[in-house]
This record gives sequence, C-alpha cells and structure tokens, in this order.
Amino acid sequence: MEAAFYIAGIVAIVSTVLTISRLNAVHALLYLIVSLLAVAVAFYAMGAPLVAALEVIVYAGAIMVLFVFVVMMLNLGKRAAIAEGQWMQGSIWVGPVLLSAVLIAEVVYLILRARLPEIAVGVIDPKQVGLALYGPYLIGVELASMLLLGALVGACHLGRPVHEKTEARYDRNSDGARAHSGGNLIRAGIGRTPDAP
Amino acid sequence: MWSLIKTIWNVFLHSFHKRVTIQYPEEKPYLAPRSRARIILSRDPDGGERCVACYLCAIACPVDCIALQATEDKDERRYPEFFRINFSRCIFCGYCEEACPTYAIQLTPDFEMAEYNRQNLVYEKEDLLIDGPGKYPGYNYWRVSGARIGGKDKGEAENEAPPVDLRSLMP
Amino acid sequence: MTSPYPIVAIAGILIVALSLAALLIWLERRLLALWQDRYGPNRVGPFGLLQVVADMIKIFAKEDWIPPFADKGVFVIAPAIIMVTVLLSFAVVPFSPGIIVVDLNIALLFFLGMSSLGVYSIVLAGWASDNKYSLLGGLRAAAQMISYEVFMSLSLMGVVLLAGSFSLSAIVEAQKRLWFVVPQFLGFLLFLIAGVAEARRSPFDLPEADSELVAGFHSEYSGMKFGMFFVGEYLGVILISSMITVLFFGGWLGPWLPPVVWFLIKMFAFICFFILLRASLPRLRFDQLMSWGWKVMLPLALLNLIVTGAVVVAWQ
Repeated sequence: MEAAFYIAGIVAIVSTVLTISRLNAVHALLYLIVSLLAVAVAFYAMGAPLVAALEVIVYAGAIMVLFVFVVMMLNLGKRAAIAEGQWMQGSIWVGPVLLSAVLIAEVVYLILRARLPEIAVGVIDPKQVGLALYGPYLIGVELASMLLLGALVGACHLGRPVHEKTEARYDRNSDGARAHSGGNLIRAGIGRTPDAP
Repeated sequence: MWSLIKTIWNVFLHSFHKRVTIQYPEEKPYLAPRSRARIILSRDPDGGERCVACYLCAIACPVDCIALQATEDKDERRYPEFFRINFSRCIFCGYCEEACPTYAIQLTPDFEMAEYNRQNLVYEKEDLLIDGPGKYPGYNYWRVSGARIGGKDKGEAENEAPPVDLRSLMP
Repeated sequence: MTSPYPIVAIAGILIVALSLAALLIWLERRLLALWQDRYGPNRVGPFGLLQVVADMIKIFAKEDWIPPFADKGVFVIAPAIIMVTVLLSFAVVPFSPGIIVVDLNIALLFFLGMSSLGVYSIVLAGWASDNKYSLLGGLRAAAQMISYEVFMSLSLMGVVLLAGSFSLSAIVEAQKRLWFVVPQFLGFLLFLIAGVAEARRSPFDLPEADSELVAGFHSEYSGMKFGMFFVGEYLGVILISSMITVLFFGGWLGPWLPPVVWFLIKMFAFICFFILLRASLPRLRFDQLMSWGWKVMLPLALLNLIVTGAVVVAWQ
C-alpha cells in the first residue's frame, strides 16, 4: 500500500506540474483531472476509501466537468495557445522559481530531519466518517451546509427568469420613443453623445 | 405521464402482431402488371419488329440512356439498326413507353437485373427484343398506319379508305 | 465473498460482459424490429446471430481515420475512457456469491464515481473532433450527465439507508426478506430514469441525436474507435440493468435456479425494457430534459431520502 501511495503521489505532482505548463487549456484540465484521480488513489492507499470515492465523484466527476464545459465553450484556438506561450517565457519565471526552490529546500530538509510517522493508520470505513462528522464536527457540517444553502439561494436568484411583464414594458417604451422621435431616433442619439459624461 | 406509459404498453403489444416484412428471395412480392422495371422491345403479332426508330423515346428519356440508329429495309420499312439501353443510367420513369407511337418499347415488372459488372448493364437490341407483343396483343402498327411500305400501298390499311385520286373529278 | 481465483473471475466477467454487449447489438435490432412489426437481421447464421460477427469483421476492416483538424491525443483516448470506466464498474457488481472481482465496502460510491468519469469520454470526444455538431453533443452530454448524476446518487441513498452499507453484496443480502423495489419504489423509478439518462439511451440520447446533431460526439469517429463507443454504450446498458437488479430486485436471490441464472434473467428483463423505451418514446427537448432533472427529479429524490430516513429512524 505504501508503494501505491508514493507512486500516486509522484503521478499527482508530475501531472500538476504539467497542468501549469500546458499551453492548451483543455490539455491542462486533463492533467488536472489526472492529478485529482492520483490524489484519490493516494487517499485510498492511506485507508480512506470514502474520501477517495468522494474525491472522484465530486472533484473529478462533477466540478472538473463544469470546468471542461466552460473551457470548451470559450473556443480557445491556436491563437490563445500562442498567447499563453508568450506569457510563459523570459524573466517572469525567475522570481517564482527562486522562491519555490527555497520552499522545496526547506521541505526536503524537514523530511530528511524528522522521522515521519507511519502513513497507514488502518482503514476508516464510511460509518466512522459519518460518526465523526455528526459527532465532534457537527458545527463544521452545519456551517458548511449553511454556506452551501446561501450559494444555492444566490444561484436561484441570479438564474430566475426575467419577468415577462418587465420585458413587455421595455418593448412598449422603446416603441413609444421611436414613434415620438418621428424616426429621428438615431440623429437624436448622435446629438446627445458628446454631452453625456 | 400516463400517455407515456400507454405508449410503452401499446408498443409492447406489437410483439404479438403479425409482421409485415416479406421475406424477399424466398417469398416473391406481388408486382402489379403495370409496375415499371426492365424495358423490352416488343414484336408485332406476325413477328416483325414494332420499333420504327422514330427517336421519340431517346428524346423523351430524361437521363439519355437510350441510343439507336434508324435504317430502312428493302420494303422501305424503318427499323433500328442498333438499339441500346444503358440500364445503369435508366431510372425506369416510363417516359419512353409514353412517347412510343407504336407500343414497341414497354416496361415490365421484372426488376431482378443486378450485375457485378457495370458493363453488363448495357443491353443491346437482341437482349431487349422479346418474341411477343407484350402488353398490347393484336396491335400491329403497320396494319393501322397509313404509311406505305413494300407489300402494302396507301389506303390498304385497316379502316382506311383508298386515297382520293386528285386527277379524277368523279366523287 | 470475493472470488477465490480473482484472475478467473476477472477474465470471465470481462469475456461475458463484452460478448453480452456484442450480443445486445443483435438483440436490440431484433427487438426493435419485433416492436415495429419487422424481422430485423435474420440472414447471417441462425436467427441472424452471426450478424454481430459480420459487423465486427466489417468494423475492423474499416479505415481508422483521424481527421487532420482533430486534437489527435485527446481524440484517441476519448473512446478508451468510456470502455475503461464502464469495465472498471463491472469489478464491483456481484453477479452471485463468489462471482465478483472485488467486494469493496464503498462499491456503490465506486460505481457512481466511475459513471461520473465516463462523461469525459463524451465531452472530450466532442471537443477533440473540432466540429460544431460534435461540440454541441459534448456540451449537451456534460450538462445532462451532471444534472442526472445528482439525483441518481440521491435516489440510491434510500437503498443505502435501508441496507446500512455501501457494499453491493451486503445490499443484496439485506433484500432476503423483501426486495427493495417495494419500500423504495420512488427511488427505483428515479434511478431507472437517471440510469437511462446516464447510459445516454433514447429518450435521453441528446448527445448523439442522429436527426439533429448527425450522431453528435461520434460524428468524426470511424473504425474500431467508433466501435468502442458503440460497445461502451451497450456495456453501459448492461451495467445499469445489473445495478437495478442488484439494488432493487434482489440481485442473485431467487428460488430453485442457480443464483447467476436469476441474476441474468433479471438483468435481461431490464435490458429489454431499455430497448422497449427506445422503441416507444420520442427524444426529449433539451430544456425539458434539464427542467425535469432539476425541478422534478431532484426534489423527488430529496423527498424520498428524507422520508426513508425518517422511517428508518422511527423503526429503530
């Protein structure tokens, strides 16, 4: 199990690096999905099957589909890839690379110095997770659910259908304006533009 | 919702219906006598060719699949020297049959004429000619028409009065 | 519970599932023909059974063409994803005690996760084809699968509540006295509808919609890549049918006959029902599909879950 964990970890790291460095947005998202799946495998190897399954269902299976959906609709072609390529070159790299090198050095030092605890702590089955969530962490669950409820209400508000009466009123108004101007709506508009702030 | 369930049930009931498919090669479908398929050239009841090579069928043909060459025999009777139908072009519209003044060209219900070689679909006169009068038994163009051929002068056709002699004043 | 010889079980299930999927191509054509008062393929071999073989030979002999404008890498992996995800899901299906590849304690979640990953196949195929109709098919697939997955998982939670486990064999064992279709009838209906939508079968076949999108996401596919989509669809039908059998109709349970036979009988009944649905119902409009999913099915699934939970709590 430990070997599986380390292999999954390496896959996760490599695919995340590739996610950042890909020029094509959809390819980057594919690597991100692979990374999430690798994390799920790592969870499973550490004895947390429920978390692994939820990672696959929620992150890889639902949220990333939405990402892919949006990126597909944006229709990023070759030009976008070329533009990305131009951003990714030159001195922009230097700062982040130096800073992350410091961090990596620190992490390596800590890993080498400290004795890590054994990773496998036994399998945690769904029942234990449920008992923990609705026992000691009840407040957290409730807070998260309230946050989600707020998001749901907000989404419903944004997505509500525009009332048809309102549309009809706007239509009538514009008709009235057109009739009132006697067909000179365009000229009137031109006259007004310079004065407008 | 109820209509959906009813639809599903009605479709399911179709498993007990009779099937409408005809198992073709074993079971031949009924073909109407006037259905249009393979083109033939018919003969008079007395065995002569009906075709007078008037080219009307070739002109009427929308896909130009009929080719022929007119000629005359020693009796001054017109007949086609060759008559060629390219069945890989033919659309079996039946316009040639409508155009034909002598009932020579006719469409028959036989449709099984598939070939592996496209060239084999070009039918010559000997492939097209049949021995009988086809759909119009008893009709003989040369017996009805007023045209003069060897052995039959003007006025000798059926239901035809002898021609008026212009030089005589007698009625 | 896991089979003593896992390799044998894996190979057996793989072979049986794949040949069943191939057989389904024939079965579907024959059944559709039956319900349309026709015969269907009946020439090649007895009852036309060898039609499948003929089709296979044809599809292997076809040119496997990748359009020059397509995104090559993604184009190639897209059909593989659907096969891999569906075949992986078969690993957790208990065909009978002993015939199961791995008896996970989160088998149900594994199935849901794999079916949610299956969407990528369609979406990426649509995107990689670089073709307007395919892209539209991919977009439809993404929206449809996300909306129907939500209440598909929720409709199953009633079963989980009653059985007290995510493990599929435990769920089957819990139905010894009463099949879950009786206490969970609403859940069964919801899962049936969501299952048809997840398998992208008519009347929910909007991603391919031959008459409007020219086969949608797989317009550009040919040869064996198209064949993989095709077989993947039928594998999905088998998978959903076997899941319905396991979750609501007592899996392998049944008198007299051996357990596997019972399982296969139930599964085939549902496969035939899927084909009957295709024969009888017209395709939905896309806005109808979405509003059904979110405004009717999701509240019903939540209601089912709440009522089931209340009853289970009151019982104890």
